[in-house]
Amino acid sequence: MSEFIQYTLQGLAAGGFYALSALGLAVIFGVLGVVNFSHGACYMLGAVIAAVLLAELSLGFWVALVVVPVIMFGFGVLMERLLVQWLLALDPLYNFLLTFGLTLILVEAVKLRYGVSGLPYEIPAGLGGQVTVGSVNLSVYAIFACVFSVVLCLAVGLLMTRTRIGMIVRAATEDPGRTRALGINVGRWVTPVFGFGIALAGLAGVLAAPTRAITAEMGSNFIIILFAVVVIGGLGSILGAVVAGFLVGLVEAYGVAYAPAYAQIVIFVLMAAVILVRPSGLFGREEVA
Amino acid sequence: MSERMSERMSERMGERTTERSSTTTTTADANRGPDDGVPALLSVTDLSAWYGEARVLTDVSVTVAPGEVATLVGRNGAGKTTLLRSVMGLHKQVKGTVSLDGSDLGRRSPDARARAGIGWVPDDRGIYASLSVEENLMLPPVVHDSAWSMEKVYDHFPVLAQRRDFPGTKLSGGEQQMLAMARVLRMGSRLLLLDEPSEGLAPVIVQRIGEIIREIKAQGVGVLLVEQNVAFARSVADRHYLLAQGKVVEHLSNDALAARESELLTHLGM
Repeated sequence: MSEFIQYTLQGLAAGGFYALSALGLAVIFGVLGVVNFSHGACYMLGAVIAAVLLAELSLGFWVALVVVPVIMFGFGVLMERLLVQWLLALDPLYNFLLTFGLTLILVEAVKLRYGVSGLPYEIPAGLGGQVTVGSVNLSVYAIFACVFSVVLCLAVGLLMTRTRIGMIVRAATEDPGRTRALGINVGRWVTPVFGFGIALAGLAGVLAAPTRAITAEMGSNFIIILFAVVVIGGLGSILGAVVAGFLVGLVEAYGVAYAPAYAQIVIFVLMAAVILVRPSGLFGREEVA
Repeated sequence: MSERMSERMSERMGERTTERSSTTTTTADANRGPDDGVPALLSVTDLSAWYGEARVLTDVSVTVAPGEVATLVGRNGAGKTTLLRSVMGLHKQVKGTVSLDGSDLGRRSPDARARAGIGWVPDDRGIYASLSVEENLMLPPVVHDSAWSMEKVYDHFPVLAQRRDFPGTKLSGGEQQMLAMARVLRMGSRLLLLDEPSEGLAPVIVQRIGEIIREIKAQGVGVLLVEQNVAFARSVADRHYLLAQGKVVEHLSNDALAARESELLTHLGM
């Protein structure tokens, strides 16, 4: 039983990384219609920048938690202004290919500079070690990562449901053309939303940094799972991205613990099952025929 | 299939010169319309529109004065919805001019047109599922001081007040139509583009929508109404443009429409 609780905690912590990143992927897809393949690479960049800040500037985890999302927001803004915006009018496949190409460039660039062996990063002081609850030993950092992601997802949820910007993002996600016809300059929100989505991926990277091997390739597997997350949650659904993120984290952790031979495929079995029952995902809107 | 398409295309091309002279007379008719002397709120001049190679509107000219309701009547596929989408700036493959208050809208974006005072109520009502009824109302900016306050909206549409926290698409079809109209009235649009507001609704609701149209007309709002229900069109409108195959083939006053209703019903295939 105590092992089960530990796996659950590990799963929820990993799920938090998925949920935050998938949230970013979902708002970008909703408002721009862009499937950002480079989201995994942005998650990787978040972790790498955190490691570099520590190694070269001695700036620790708490600073990285604030600085990295800001840097990644800027990176996202540049990416949208310089590249993505020119392809928005074309078939969505073009931006998918663009971001795929960008992923290759980012991964190779990081390899070139920092090599293929992992960068060191430690659990920040005060969050290390274990805490005993009843008879169960739990990792303090995993608890922190869980709570932090849940709070952040709730904050984004409040932003989406309680503010005018959130209302515009929801409306534009449903139908950008109609929203423009109601006097909303949707184009004005495209760049900040893209930057925001990328910043969330970078933040997930910082959160993951103390618990993962920080390598150029760490985003490659991550993005595949992230796509499974958004399919399970329902493409374009913000709530779906969050719920499916935590769900996939849990399923993955249980898979690794109880069926290691099948750990890699459990998530995709889950995805296939969801598609069979609800083709548009758990929280996706059914397409009107 | 493509052969037939190109055949029809070349037919259209061949006809174009002869068509032009006939539409000129129609346009002249339009200019001598019952609204003569009142400056136009909306004036569409020689508007043509395409979907790829296929031409769906040919030199269409339509005017709407403040406080006037003009309808576009015609079969499915006559180009009525395309005309509204072109006025809104949502359909971009167009030639010709669309002016609001005498100033050419040119290539202005849909959001700039909406802020200039054009309110679009699409045929599917365009209600957001992920926004509550109240959020659907609050989404567009207020663009003119004639905008309805929320109190006025709820006073006119009590059902919207009762359901203000419902997701927009949980309303019935008639309620969604009310919501879509209330939304552009709260914005303060001076020209409403209504795309088949009576479609699929119970007679009592159609009647209510008719009352609302007459009320906003009395406030000086201009309405361009797409309608297949001729009886309803006649009950709210001043003038009617009959569209067929992307052209204005007739321009009729309300009385003329009444006199020829049965003939037109046959013509429209309704």
